[in-house]
Amino acid sequence: MPPFALEEKILQQIPMIEMSGITKVFPGVIANKDVNLNISAGEIHALLGENGAGKSTLMSILAGLYRPDTGTIKIKGQPVKLRSPRIALEMGIGMIYQHFRLINNFTVAENIVLGANAKNIRYNRAQIEIETLNLAEKFKLEITPSSRVRQLSIGEQQRVEILKMLYRGCDVLIMDEPTTVLTPAEVRELFVILRSMAEEGKAIIVITHKLNEVLEIADRVTVLRKGEVVGTRNINEVDEKTLTSMMVAHSVEHSQADRQSQPGECVLEVQNLKVKGDTDYLAVDGANLDLRRGEIVCIAGVSGNGQKELIEAIAGLRPVHSGGIKLHDANISMQSVRKRMELGISMIPEDRLGMGLVPNTSIMDNSILRSYYKKDFHKGLFLNYRKIASYAKKLADDFNIFVSDVGHPVNYLSGGNLQKLLLGREISQEPEVLIAAYPVRGLDIAAAEAVYNLILQERARGTAVLLVLEDLDDIFRLADRVAVMYDGGIVGIFPVEQADIDKIGALMLGTEVKKQACLA
Amino acid sequence: MPGLKLIKRENESILPKILVPLLAIILAFLSGAIFLSISGFNPGETYIKMFTGAFGSTYALAETIVKAIPLMLAGLAVSLAFRMKLWNIGAEGQIYMGAFAASGLALSFGNLSPWFLLPLMMLAGFTAGGIWGLIPGALRAFWEVNETIITLMLNYIAIFWVDFLVFGPWKDPESLGFPLTPRFSPNAYLPALGDTRVHMGLLIAIAIAVLFFLLIKYTRWGYEIRVIGESRAAAHYAGMDVIKNILLVMAISGGIAGLAGMIEVSGITHRLQPGISPGYGYTAIIVAWLGRLDPFAIIVVAFLFGALLIGGFNLQSYAVPFSIVLILQGAVLFFLLAGEIFMKYRLSVVRKEDQ
Repeated sequence: MPPFALEEKILQQIPMIEMSGITKVFPGVIANKDVNLNISAGEIHALLGENGAGKSTLMSILAGLYRPDTGTIKIKGQPVKLRSPRIALEMGIGMIYQHFRLINNFTVAENIVLGANAKNIRYNRAQIEIETLNLAEKFKLEITPSSRVRQLSIGEQQRVEILKMLYRGCDVLIMDEPTTVLTPAEVRELFVILRSMAEEGKAIIVITHKLNEVLEIADRVTVLRKGEVVGTRNINEVDEKTLTSMMVAHSVEHSQADRQSQPGECVLEVQNLKVKGDTDYLAVDGANLDLRRGEIVCIAGVSGNGQKELIEAIAGLRPVHSGGIKLHDANISMQSVRKRMELGISMIPEDRLGMGLVPNTSIMDNSILRSYYKKDFHKGLFLNYRKIASYAKKLADDFNIFVSDVGHPVNYLSGGNLQKLLLGREISQEPEVLIAAYPVRGLDIAAAEAVYNLILQERARGTAVLLVLEDLDDIFRLADRVAVMYDGGIVGIFPVEQADIDKIGALMLGTEVKKQACLA
Repeated sequence: MPGLKLIKRENESILPKILVPLLAIILAFLSGAIFLSISGFNPGETYIKMFTGAFGSTYALAETIVKAIPLMLAGLAVSLAFRMKLWNIGAEGQIYMGAFAASGLALSFGNLSPWFLLPLMMLAGFTAGGIWGLIPGALRAFWEVNETIITLMLNYIAIFWVDFLVFGPWKDPESLGFPLTPRFSPNAYLPALGDTRVHMGLLIAIAIAVLFFLLIKYTRWGYEIRVIGESRAAAHYAGMDVIKNILLVMAISGGIAGLAGMIEVSGITHRLQPGISPGYGYTAIIVAWLGRLDPFAIIVVAFLFGALLIGGFNLQSYAVPFSIVLILQGAVLFFLLAGEIFMKYRLSVVRKEDQ
C-alpha cells in the first residue's frame, strides 16, 4: 500500500475537478449554459451528447483553450484560472484531440518529451528513450520509443498522445471521440489502457456520442443537450434507452433501413484496379468490386487503406495505374471527370467545403458547380443568373436546406445544410452510381438521419450506392453488402446478414488475411 | 478593467471594405507626417503642395491621369492572375516586353497608316507581354514551379533586354550618345484626348475594366476562374481544366501588362528608352490589393496613386526628396495588410470580470 494512501483517500472525497455555473457564448450560439460537472480521481467519466451539444466546448474550457464567460473551476478544491492550455497542463489537465498533434518525422520518444522540460536544453536520445519506455511500462502501453511516428498505426499514435500527457504528469486526461479512428480491436485495447490508468488514480473524461461505448467503459456518465447538463448518472443506473432519451428531446426514430431492397443488374465493376496514392506507392493494389442497381455497398476499413484513392479513381479524380473500371460493360477508366459525371457517376467527397463545395462563393454558384457548363444555365455569352437563382432555390426547397438568400456565401451554412446542398445537387442529376465518403461526419443526429434518408431514397430509385463509412453501426444499418478494405485491396465482401462484427474487425486489421495466406 | 476582443464577423458587410482602405491611407499619411517632421518639413504644407501638384490645374490633373493609365492597366493585369491565386509580380517585365515589341513595329513600319499600325502595335505589345506571362504560367501549370520567383526574375531579363537594345542596336545615331531609339513616326502615336497629354490609353483601360467585370461575374470562364481561385480541388472535382486556365490567365495577365507598355511608348515617350516604367508593375500590386481585386476600384485607386506620384514630383521643386512618396506607398500597403483582419473580425470592448 502506498504511504500516502490515507491522504489520497481523503482527497478523493473532494472532487478532482469541480466545474460550476459554466456558461460560454459564441456569436449566435450558447455553447454551454450554467453547466456543473464533478470529476473524481480514479473514475472514467463519459460526456455524452449529440454533435453541437457543447461537449467539446466544455472540455476545451477545462483544457484552457477557451475561457468561460461565467463560472468557476476548482481543482482539488482550489479555484483556478485556466488561461491557456499550458497552464491547464501544468495543473495536470491534458486533452487529446481527435486530430493528433504529433510530428510525423520525429520518433515516439521525441514526440513525448517535446516541449515538456524546456529547461533541459541538452538532448540525450538514449535517456529520453529509457524514460518513455519506463513510463509506458508503468501504464502497460506497448510502444517502441525509437520508431518514427509516421510508421505507426492510428491506434499506436493515440498511445503516443496518451503518453505525452502522462509524461507531463497529467492527473486528468480528456479524450475527444477517441474511438472514431480506431478498429474494433484497437478500441478494446484502448479501453484496457484507460481502465488501468483509472486504477492508477487518474481521472479520465471521454467525449463521445456512442452509447455502447459509454455503457462498456464509463463509471459515470454526464449527458449534455443543447449546451445544458441533462443529468449525471452512475453507469449501473442507465441503459441505452434511458441514455438515448436523455440525449435527444424527442427520441429519434432510427429509420431501420428496409432490407427489402432488390438489387438489379450489375452497374459498376472494378477489376484488379491499381491506383497510386499521393506519393509513389500503390494505394489501391488490385481491388475488385461490383455494384448493382438498387443496392448499398459499404466499404469498411481503417482509414488510409486505399478507400479514398479507390473512390477518387472511380469518379475520375485520380488517374488509374492499371486495371479496369466498367460502367455497364464499357471501360471508363480513361474518361475525364466530366465525362463520367455525364455517364451518371456522382460523388460526394469527404472534403465538403473545399472539394464538394467552393468556399467564399454563393450558394447559387455552388448549386451549378458540376453543371455550370451546360446550355440550360446560359443566355448567349453569359451565365443566366436568374435561372441559376431559381434553380438554387428549388434545390433548397426540395432538400430542406435552410437558406435565407441563395446569394449568400456557403460558408455561413451549418454542416448539415452544407451536406444537404452537396447531396441534393448530386442527386438531382439522377445518377446511376452514387459514391459518398463519410457523408455524416461531423453532423448531428437529425442532420445525419436526413442524409441517410436521402441515400436510402436513392437506393429505392434504383441507384447503385457506394459508401465509405467509419461507424460500423451505421454500416450495419445501411448496407446491403459490406466490403472490407485493407492494404489497398478488397479483402472480403459479404451480404450484411452474413457479416459479423468480429470477422470484419479482423479483416480490417489484416489478421484474417495473414491467416488465409498461411493456409494457402 | 475593459479589454478588447476580436469577434468574427457573421456576414460580409460592405462598410469595412471601404473603411479599411480609407483608414489605411489616412494612417499612412499620418505616419508620413512623422517622417516629414523629423526631416524638417512642415507636414501640413507639404501635403497641400502635393495636393495642388496633383489636382491644382488642368495640367496637373492631366499629368495625374497620364501616370494613372499604366497603373490601371498593370493593376487590372495582376488582379486577374491574383483572382486565381497566381502571384504574378512580373507586370514590370511584361510592360517592358510589350514596350519592346510595340517599338520594334513602330520603328520598322513607321510609314503604315495608323489604322493598321496602332492595332498591330497593340497586338504585338499584348503578345510579347503575354508570352512573358505564359513562361512562368507554363512552368507553374506543368511542373508546379513557383510563379512568384519566376515572374520576378523575368522582370530583370526584360529590363536589361530593353537596356541592351537602346544602348546598342536600336540606339538613335543622332541621340548624342543618349540611350534612346529614334523617335517613332507620328503614325505610331496614340491619339491624345483634347490638347493634354492624356491619351486613348485611358479609354482602353476603362474598357478593359468593364470587360474584366463582365467576364468575372457573368461568364462561364469567369466562373471557372473564381472556382479555381478558391479551391483547386473543387475545380478538379467540377471537371474544370485547371492547367488550361492557368496558361490562359497568365497569358492574358501578361498581355494586359504588355499593352500598358505599348501604350506608354506610343502615347507618352514616342520612343523606347530605359526606365520606360518607373516601377509601375510593382506599384500595380499595391493598387490591385487596395482595390480588393475589383476592376472599378482598381481604376479609382490607380488614379489616386497617379496623384501621389505627380504630387511627389511636385514636391521635388521644394527640395522634398521623392523617397517620401515611396515611404507613403509602402506605409499604405503596410496599414492595408494590417487592417485585413478587421474585414473578417470586428473589434468589441468587453469587460473582463473573470480575470
